[in-house]
Amino acid sequence: MEIKLLYFLIPSLIMFCCGVYGFLTRKNMIAILISLELMLNSVDINFVVFNRYLYPQAQEGMFFTLFAIAIAAAETALAIAIIINLYRATKNVDVCDANKLKG
Amino acid sequence: MEIMFAIVALAIIIFSVLTVTTRKILRAATYLLFTLFATAAIYFMMDYEFLGGVQIAVYAGGIVVLFVFSILLTSKPGENSEKLASRRRGAGLIAAVATAAVAGWALVSRCCSFLGAKPEMEFYTMKQLGTDMLSTSRGGYMLPFEAISVLLLACIIGGVVVARRR
Repeated sequence: MEIKLLYFLIPSLIMFCCGVYGFLTRKNMIAILISLELMLNSVDINFVVFNRYLYPQAQEGMFFTLFAIAIAAAETALAIAIIINLYRATKNVDVCDANKLKG
Repeated sequence: MEIMFAIVALAIIIFSVLTVTTRKILRAATYLLFTLFATAAIYFMMDYEFLGGVQIAVYAGGIVVLFVFSILLTSKPGENSEKLASRRRGAGLIAAVATAAVAGWALVSRCCSFLGAKPEMEFYTMKQLGTDMLSTSRGGYMLPFEAISVLLLACIIGGVVVARRR
């Protein structure tokens, strides 16, 4: 039995939904970032699998995924820098407690 | 091959569910690491070896280490991490299930064109990848390459400025 394209999209969909659930539910800012990484990874899997199955002679999906990985790394680094700055100011990384704009 | 796919798919599903439902944040980072390894396994199965290598090096080796550093800098793991996920759990669950339902229906109703076998792909060498990445013709990626180098420069400068000690 060969593995069809549809079989790859189901774990990717579940990973995306877990990312959505974690993004909306978690209180810790770093846990929200982890859920964001889950969402980005599921989209990368979709790109790669569609490229391989539907357009095996072109490489656009792979290049898009390559650049998406680089952009996700840059964005995660900057988000963690902001979170560390916020932690230095308020000693707290809860999203619910970060509701004052100044001070 | 089917057994390998079954193991990798189960690993992705189980570890991603565990990542968002665990209470301790350091465990969430570890489960994320396993999820990223399973994703790299999918890339290797799709004959994209360079992409799998980049996934392991950048994601599993760079971003997860960054997460662990930031977790250890901003909290004492294991001490007061009991109620990590208690912020509108019902609404989050409804949103996730609605996403799964809509996307799943879209998948299943259009499944007729997604049931072919895996076609053959000629071996994509590193020389070809380098030529494609740096060429300015139709299949080239010189412009995104330069743009992403500017983005990384901006990210470095921004990160240093934001996290600077006053």
